[in-house]
Amino acid sequence: MSNQAKVKICSVGKYIPEKILTNEDLTEWLDTSDEWISSRTGIKQRHISTTENTSDLGTKAAENALANSGVDVSEIGLIIVATMSPDSQSPSVACKVQANIQAINAIAFDLNAACSGFVYASSVAEKMLSVSSYRYALVIGAEVMSKVVNWSDRSTAVLFGDGAGAMLLERNDHTQSFINEDIHADGSRGSALTSGESSVQNPLTPEKETDAHLKMSGRDIFDFVVRSVPKSINDVVEKSQLQLEDVDYFLLHQANARLIKAVSKKLKQPLDKFPQNIQHYGNTSAASIPILLEELIENGDIQLGNNQTIVLTGFGGGLAWGSLLIKL
Amino acid sequence: MSTFETIQEIIVDQLDKEKEEVQLNTNFREELEADSLDLFQIINDIEDEFDIKIETEEGLNTVQDIVKYVDEQLA
Repeated sequence: MSNQAKVKICSVGKYIPEKILTNEDLTEWLDTSDEWISSRTGIKQRHISTTENTSDLGTKAAENALANSGVDVSEIGLIIVATMSPDSQSPSVACKVQANIQAINAIAFDLNAACSGFVYASSVAEKMLSVSSYRYALVIGAEVMSKVVNWSDRSTAVLFGDGAGAMLLERNDHTQSFINEDIHADGSRGSALTSGESSVQNPLTPEKETDAHLKMSGRDIFDFVVRSVPKSINDVVEKSQLQLEDVDYFLLHQANARLIKAVSKKLKQPLDKFPQNIQHYGNTSAASIPILLEELIENGDIQLGNNQTIVLTGFGGGLAWGSLLIKL
Repeated sequence: MSTFETIQEIIVDQLDKEKEEVQLNTNFREELEADSLDLFQIINDIEDEFDIKIETEEGLNTVQDIVKYVDEQLA
């Protein structure tokens, strides 16, 4: 093992399935309305996969990140996929992506921290890469949430969408993108958001029905986010010996535009420092932050190598939440 | 500041209303057009301000309802 090196973000990529469901489309089978959904969530539409599974989305996002970098896939030593909607328990989505992109030298595994998955996975990948012998790591957030939501529950079905984002990291001697982190979990409040419940079922157990659909307690999650997210952001900025004013952008998990507004208000930071794309994609769980990052780089708001200060903050099921302060 | 004045200030701030619009008999949903997320936010601020826990928003329809709830918790 070599000495601890620096880790920088080289490139990002995204992939969004083509099919769009507007709020209006949902009213065909749900008692809801565009006005209700957009005023309470900011969501106007979401992309829904019709045939592609999580590994397909993750693979295409990874291919886009790689195409943007010019890196030889054989130099990738690690692939982590953050997901709560894998194709299967085994093989992992990460192993499928590894096969699809032919990254034959990479170890690969999935990480589930629900909507905080990308923040968790980036933190893990950065640490593994910094002490490794390989040069590149891929961190992917990929979700087909349309598989796990209950399409007859209007309080949750309207919120989620499918998509994937990927980020390529490079071990190097000069540039450290990851400045500080503040990451937490509180399993004691885990029942506020559950999904994919799998109870004990074998010839020895009495039959019981399990509802594996995603279920959420809106107020508990709201309280959690409004209290924990501003604190996490404050803490990661303080640890970095910076002020909130020094941060160019706060990239929050895109769960709800009203939540983002509440966090911006609590931090007394202007809302335009909290970029949003939730109106187009809904809540894509672990994929939301890398998709947003890709779009900000694509449209030039964030320029790699320009030394901008960015905070990435994920929050959701677990409960798990956390912030990364990065320099790009 | 009285419980009412503190709560009035929170509501004015969260809903972007004038003080005069927020009186004891004001109904959140009907007169202030507050939705469930607005109520969560108001309750959240009130909990932090008074260091109490408001278990459910059910039954809290007017400013008076909340003032009464908070005063009972503080008693």
